[in-house]
Amino acid sequence: MSPGSRMRLRGMVRKESLQILRDPSSIAIAFVLPVVLLFLFGYGVSLDARDIPVGLVVEQPDAATQSLVAAFRRSRYFRPRTFGSIQRAERALAARQIDGIVWLRNDFARRLLAGGEAPIAVRVNGVDANQAHLTEGYLQGVWLGWLQRYAAAAGHPLAIPVRIEHRVWFNAALISRFFLVPGLVAIIMTLIGSLLTAMVIAREWERGTMEAMMVTPLHIREVLAGKLIPYFVLGMGGMAFTVALAVWQFDVPLRGSLWLLFLSGALFMLVALGMGLLISIVSRNQFVAGQIAIVVTFLPAFILSGFIFDIGSMPAPIQLITHLVPARYFVAILQTLFLAGDLPRVVIPNLLALLVMGGIFAALVRRKAHKRLE
Amino acid sequence: MWQILALALKEFLALVRDKRSRFVLIGPPIAQLLVFGYAATFDLNHVSVAVYNEDPGAASRALIGHIAGSPHFDLVARITHDAEIAPLVDQRRVLLVLHLGPHFSSDLAAGRGTRLQAILDGRNSNTATLALGYLRSILTDFNRQWAKDHGGPAPPAVLQMRAWYNASLVSRWFIIPGIVGLLTLVVTLVVTALSVAREREAGTFDQLLVTPLRPVQILVGKALPGMVIGTLEASLIILLAVAWFDIPLRGSLGALYAGLLLFLLSAVGIGLMISAIAVTQQQAVLGAFLFLVPAVILSGFATPIANMPPLVQQLTLIDPLRYFLVVVRGVFLEGDGFGLLLDQYWPMALIGLCALSLAGWLFRHRMY
Repeated sequence: MSPGSRMRLRGMVRKESLQILRDPSSIAIAFVLPVVLLFLFGYGVSLDARDIPVGLVVEQPDAATQSLVAAFRRSRYFRPRTFGSIQRAERALAARQIDGIVWLRNDFARRLLAGGEAPIAVRVNGVDANQAHLTEGYLQGVWLGWLQRYAAAAGHPLAIPVRIEHRVWFNAALISRFFLVPGLVAIIMTLIGSLLTAMVIAREWERGTMEAMMVTPLHIREVLAGKLIPYFVLGMGGMAFTVALAVWQFDVPLRGSLWLLFLSGALFMLVALGMGLLISIVSRNQFVAGQIAIVVTFLPAFILSGFIFDIGSMPAPIQLITHLVPARYFVAILQTLFLAGDLPRVVIPNLLALLVMGGIFAALVRRKAHKRLE
Repeated sequence: MWQILALALKEFLALVRDKRSRFVLIGPPIAQLLVFGYAATFDLNHVSVAVYNEDPGAASRALIGHIAGSPHFDLVARITHDAEIAPLVDQRRVLLVLHLGPHFSSDLAAGRGTRLQAILDGRNSNTATLALGYLRSILTDFNRQWAKDHGGPAPPAVLQMRAWYNASLVSRWFIIPGIVGLLTLVVTLVVTALSVAREREAGTFDQLLVTPLRPVQILVGKALPGMVIGTLEASLIILLAVAWFDIPLRGSLGALYAGLLLFLLSAVGIGLMISAIAVTQQQAVLGAFLFLVPAVILSGFATPIANMPPLVQQLTLIDPLRYFLVVVRGVFLEGDGFGLLLDQYWPMALIGLCALSLAGWLFRHRMY
């Protein structure tokens, strides 16, 4: 690089950095939104249910039903309320005051003593299917625990033919925060790399200042580099901040190596910048650039990347589409590096995919930018 | 009255005649409904399973048959060594590995009871929890059947589960009504957020302020197109939800549209507020985006409000989407009428009125 080129590049970077710092909207996207997202996902959002309000209807209380009620009170998953009749409980369920009903009919104790599969009728509100599944699982846990204690107290311990002995790797306590926060790194970098970059560079096209820059001695490479370097630094800073908060504030384990994390982060940042730049060149208009960036980069990073929704459960055509979403590869790397550690067989293929996508975007940007400028 | 209508008509035309805004109103919402409708699911189908069976007996084969026959699980690998487990799980080729020891069948036959070891990939904690739940219920059935066939004692009590409103617990029934609220909010907010900012940027807002129109009339004139477009957009998505995704619509349409109007009132109010604060269209779009992201996350769209910490739960009280999601899901799935939804209606009305008054105040007091 010649001294003149270096000086011109430094000037560009300085101008661009000042522009970011002086524009309230870029500060909002680069600093405010990431912090809001981090705190919402770190503290606010959780898929782990606790204190589920359930209604208990015991038509004929005795020792056995009392121990079952006590088992519900002890469980940290449930907050039981007793109802005098099933009708009242069902009204509460319809009014969304409780999420489930456990109903012990008046012949419960008799059939329990007769040893014949006394029925415990359970109703759950199935509107939120995912939570209903989880609630059913917790109910089974309480029921099974009680059954074993009851049988042991009655003098003939329960013979369970096959017991499950499960071990969960990487997230033994199944804390949903450990699963959500690492993926958030990809979301925040997409915000900075694609949305912010697309809008800010589109503004230069819209106002005609891009053309003005073209007639300066700056080479096209220097213009693009000068634009991208500050956003790259900003994106990596956002990543460092997120990782630090994840590890120190939200106690997410980081089992992989830091250099690998930042290497893949840098690669993803380049891909995100490439997308942002391409969107701005194609649209040349802030409003359209913003809309395209949200629909093509931000929303897919949220929904199609495996950040919240499991890709394996999506229909096959949608699974194919997810392969076009760069965040998908980065989220896989993030979840693995944070929770599982350096697993070359996961990290390398995903890094290669990012590399290929980066190459494609660089080629496209190079072609588009060149053609339009001459 | 006529003045307001004339202003509303002008707003409406300004919106519909612009090719870009037309595109934003129709293209992305439908594409998002289709993609999210299929992609945003918590249902577990075809969880990939590997089996490590050291047992030569028939009982282990029967149990594996039960699991492989379930629609939730797909048997993708059979392994013969401990060392093969880690690579399969690490690379996410399987979510679950089942290990049956060499004495599985003989222990079972001797009535000693035996163990099924399950190893799960916990990187996606929700998927792992659900998979474990499915496995447990298959095993419960298997155990009962085994006890029955081999003269063992029946369990003293059994659970009989039944889910109301969504008997087969399809998560799409939960997500799609949510998307009705989500997309309606996005479109209405962007449309109204741009309305004043566009005039500010073009300098025509000052002219509007010196016309005989009173600020209240300007406010109503600006709010009406947003309400109309929001209603049309929501109707289109509701139609697609019923006709394309087969979501049952069980309750009263009147209750749904009453909720929709109040929700739109609050969305339009917030949109106009953002618009009144913003100086340029870019700021207006970004402002809308800054409001949308937390509003969606805190609404209970994907993660239940009840799971949030108490402080955050109180924050959700000012989120209009929170109330509307209860209305949409209530009417669609629970068959609710007006009576059960009153508690959702009045907060939306209150938020709408506050936001609109604030927007009207900002019209007059924020000048550039």
